[in-house]
Amino acid sequence: MLVSEKHGLTLEIEKLAEKYGRTREALLPILQEIQMKHGYISEFAQQEIANFLDIHPVEVYGVVTFYAFLSRKPQGRYIVKLCQTIACDLAGKEAIARAIERELNIKFGETTPDMKFTLEYINCMGMCDQGPALLINDDVYTHLTPHKTIEIIKSYK
Amino acid sequence: MIKDKLSRTPVSQQPLVVHKEEQGGIGSLVEVEINNRKIQVQMGTTILEACKENNIHIPTLCYHEDLCLAGLCRICVVEIEGMRTLQASCTYPITNKLKIQTSSEKVRKARRHILDLLLSEHYGECYVCHRNGNCELQSLAKEYGVDGFKFGHITERRHSVDRSSYSVIRDMDKCVLCKRCVRTCIDLQEVGVLEATHRGYDTTISTFYDKPLADVICINCGQCINRCPTAALKANDPSDEIWVAIDDPKKHVVIQTAPSPRASIGEEFGLPAGHSMTKQLNTALRWIGFDKVFDTNFTADLTIMEEGTELLNRLKKKIVEGDNSIKLPQFTSCSPGWVKYIEHFYPDYLDYLSSCKSPQQMFGALIKTFYAQENNIAPEDIVTVALMPCSAKKFECNRPEMHSSGFKDVDYGLTTREMAQMIKEAGIYLPDLDGSGFDDPFGDASGAGLIFGATGGVMEAALRTVYEIVTGREVPFENLEITPCRGFEGVRQASVKLEGTLPEWNFLEGVDLNFMIAHGTANAKKVMEALVRGELENIHFIEIMACPGGCIGGGGQPIPTSPEIRKKRAEAIYNEDRGLELRKSHNNPHIKYIYEKFLIDGPCGHISHKLLHTHYVKRGKFIA
Amino acid sequence: MPIMNDTIQFNVGEHRLALEKALKLAPQDIVMEIREAGLKGRGGAGFPTGTKWLMALSAIADKKFVICNADEGEPGTFKDRVLLDEYTNLVIDGITIGGYAIQAAEAIIYLRAEYKYLHHKLERFLEEKRENNQLGNNILNSGFNFDIKIRLGSGAYVCGEETALIESLEGHRGEARNRPPFPVNTGFMGYPTIVNNVETFASAAIIISKGAEWFREIGISKSYGTKLVSISGDCKKPGVYEVPFGISINDLLKMVQADEAKAVQVGGASGQCIPESQFDRKISFEDLSTGGSVMIFNKSRDMLHILRNFMEFFVEESCGQCSPCRIGNKKLLEGVELIEQGKCSYTYLNELIELGKSMQLASKCGLGQSSPNPFISILTNFENEVFSTR
Repeated sequence: MLVSEKHGLTLEIEKLAEKYGRTREALLPILQEIQMKHGYISEFAQQEIANFLDIHPVEVYGVVTFYAFLSRKPQGRYIVKLCQTIACDLAGKEAIARAIERELNIKFGETTPDMKFTLEYINCMGMCDQGPALLINDDVYTHLTPHKTIEIIKSYK
Repeated sequence: MIKDKLSRTPVSQQPLVVHKEEQGGIGSLVEVEINNRKIQVQMGTTILEACKENNIHIPTLCYHEDLCLAGLCRICVVEIEGMRTLQASCTYPITNKLKIQTSSEKVRKARRHILDLLLSEHYGECYVCHRNGNCELQSLAKEYGVDGFKFGHITERRHSVDRSSYSVIRDMDKCVLCKRCVRTCIDLQEVGVLEATHRGYDTTISTFYDKPLADVICINCGQCINRCPTAALKANDPSDEIWVAIDDPKKHVVIQTAPSPRASIGEEFGLPAGHSMTKQLNTALRWIGFDKVFDTNFTADLTIMEEGTELLNRLKKKIVEGDNSIKLPQFTSCSPGWVKYIEHFYPDYLDYLSSCKSPQQMFGALIKTFYAQENNIAPEDIVTVALMPCSAKKFECNRPEMHSSGFKDVDYGLTTREMAQMIKEAGIYLPDLDGSGFDDPFGDASGAGLIFGATGGVMEAALRTVYEIVTGREVPFENLEITPCRGFEGVRQASVKLEGTLPEWNFLEGVDLNFMIAHGTANAKKVMEALVRGELENIHFIEIMACPGGCIGGGGQPIPTSPEIRKKRAEAIYNEDRGLELRKSHNNPHIKYIYEKFLIDGPCGHISHKLLHTHYVKRGKFIA
Repeated sequence: MPIMNDTIQFNVGEHRLALEKALKLAPQDIVMEIREAGLKGRGGAGFPTGTKWLMALSAIADKKFVICNADEGEPGTFKDRVLLDEYTNLVIDGITIGGYAIQAAEAIIYLRAEYKYLHHKLERFLEEKRENNQLGNNILNSGFNFDIKIRLGSGAYVCGEETALIESLEGHRGEARNRPPFPVNTGFMGYPTIVNNVETFASAAIIISKGAEWFREIGISKSYGTKLVSISGDCKKPGVYEVPFGISINDLLKMVQADEAKAVQVGGASGQCIPESQFDRKISFEDLSTGGSVMIFNKSRDMLHILRNFMEFFVEESCGQCSPCRIGNKKLLEGVELIEQGKCSYTYLNELIELGKSMQLASKCGLGQSSPNPFISILTNFENEVFSTR
């Protein structure tokens, strides 16, 4: 990481700490904003956040590793999260999964080399009546078929 | 005096506050029925405490007297009439009439299941484990008559053993996730190296980014080891290398023993806490094959001479010469855990730290110089071992600064537990032995050096000397026992008025010498925060020990530990001091001798600076 | 997607004046009205809402908090999503009424990360409410000050448990707390806090609007009012339905046109799996309790596959702090794998069921206490299919 980049991140975290307060309750909102903007929360960011909130870096790390929507590795610009819980599973999630994997040429848990897409499973996203369903970043897609899914993915390419 | 910062302990782990409006209030009595016995307990008592008071045994694992409550191992569950689920007795406060069963069918079954689950995930076999015979999981298995692995047994490692640290080794495959180490590290010590990370079945205790312990801000205090119920944490044991040195006829192996291990090692042989074994230990060490057995208290006396002089010099420079670059208060530097703590957390305040090495390192430097010369032994053939109550001493002797003799001043730091193991391995039962004395020239030491072992001890020892240097009279406390220094309050503050000063020190006439004492780095933090806020300007001298209770509660001491045990160990040390003729460091004839013969330009002189003083490293909190 | 049948309670227009009406009452009168109505928590646990509010109202503290639990993570549940999306006003008024009832000044909606797409809409709605003086200072000139903020979750099922939710709000790992103390005494930041489900708040607003007596006429004894159920799985008309308590599974199945049903999972992954022989059982707190999830499986479905999916869910979503839940769920999942491989003995299966019972009793929070439910109910009710004839 470049020094200038580091400095920018520090300023950004400082601003967030001012916005949400320099207390522990601010931790998740700050992490969420960093996650949203950068796609992940780097080691450096975690230490800086700990610093501003006067908590230990390992506590930040403990929180980041706890929540499924926070990541420590750089992710693609679009995070495709396919629901794997039972209703979507019975509605045909498996075929959707294979279709996306083929289309993007990566497996679940991986990111495309151009850093555009990351593919993940998530647990029940509350679209059980309209499964199979997936999220791309915050957008919801339901009633998927393999064909429809590929069209959706294509629209992000 | 110092405002407590809002604790960062999660609310779940803070002690319960019973709301007064709910019931009769704290302190009133309430009647409960435990196992059909009617018992009166104080409102707010936990079920576990109530049972303890009434000799009803409840098994525990994540519970520890020193730590905030967790209630997560669930082994201590009990059945309360009218409740659908079982309740953890360690966290459940009694606030109304309850009917409790501590050993009903449901309870026994659940406990056994939990135990079976924990055992299924516990890697390794008991007979190849250093906690064999002193493991809480093993005891539980025995208590419940476990004779097989009901839910299988893990056969492959899930984690690799972290041996990076000079002080602490972590084997997470033995971890039962009781979080005692986490609560020790974050809440008790406020160092914050260990925390539960990940989630669900993947939950592990780890460091920041799972980095090796040597690369994070661990201060090596070893308090986590003392509170680990299993073998997941242990000290880095050098005893194999020490045996090799002992067995090598060319090597001259000397050992120095610190006062705290002597006050506690009996516990490793089944004696109750509070038995001092100094003399028997000397005999055992000779039987094992150490060539010389010395007393660390000797260099504790030397530390007092150096550190006391340093303090007086600082006062003189500041008050008489008006040198504002001089930093006061002066902090003690004999606790290597504390030294690393301040290096990490307050790197801009290192000038406040006394430049004196710890007694262990002063000893090492003298052995390979003064002692080697006097006895005509090549320093490279000398192996120095330090028996310490401490895991941080292992790191300290490996610091690159600690080579002032031209060699590694202290070769090995050995903990009380490891020493006991060596003694057992040599076929010796310590309590059976006759006592013997220390070897000269470092054999005589004062009680002042001895009491270093308990929190406040360094301060008391220093005051006995400083007061007398300045006034020519003994410190005005009965029997030299400076009681304000004693006790277990986290942060203590007191003062001694300097009156009738000798001409050389008349600039101190009428001055209140203000001092503070703190033990445990959480308390050290309170003091440091006050310093940062500029509230300690009239304080002159501060003693800080990294471990709760001081060295007697060190990370190398026998397991288990508790406030009661630490109190007994401290009493043993104070009793030993009381029985000694020599009570003041500056009266130690050997100290006088060494300043005449070797450290000829006196305390804080040129030679002493080279051998007995050191400098510190600005480490900072950032983990690269 | 709207609530699909004719609404019984959730008629938005009808309850527009709920807030105004509430603010004219004394806080204790609201609490009494809610108690009178016999409203029980709609999130699944079914704790009497009035009692909870009364405890919070009588707690003495400088600050109190209201938390709306919108961390709807139970597999098969999506009724809160519909409420937040389409009945926003009712929910927000319900939260405000709750705040007034316990005399709090602040509320937090803990919205699950998966529903982040609702975030902006909700924020805009809150802004509108502030502009209309239905939030903020001196609401509707009643002298009552109250505001609501939204905090997002980050993807953790366990945060639906109220104390884990509070831990999460305080910036910690979502690990459930020891109880007692309960949140009504020591909740968010140590202050008295009520944590209620989205639907509970909406129901409270309805009760204030229509009166406790009206509410008690719907449903059956001890389970008053209606329940929103989210129906998914093998049926022609999945969705959110408002049904009166006491409706049987058979009636539900007819309503959504599920003809081939073999099993119904009531209460989500942590609920009970009911075989055809028990389809006459009723949705109620006394019989089949549910936070809203009803999943239908038809005759072509492999129950072991379904069980495996549930157990995988719990192994991942357990917070991992207490031993019965952390290791127990893993052992149950391994048990399912053994059954799949034909390697599980009958003795071991019984041992696992006993383990499940111990987990129900000894786990620290509701997650671990209910996660063995599908294992036990599927292996008990479908033993023939899943185990014996496999």
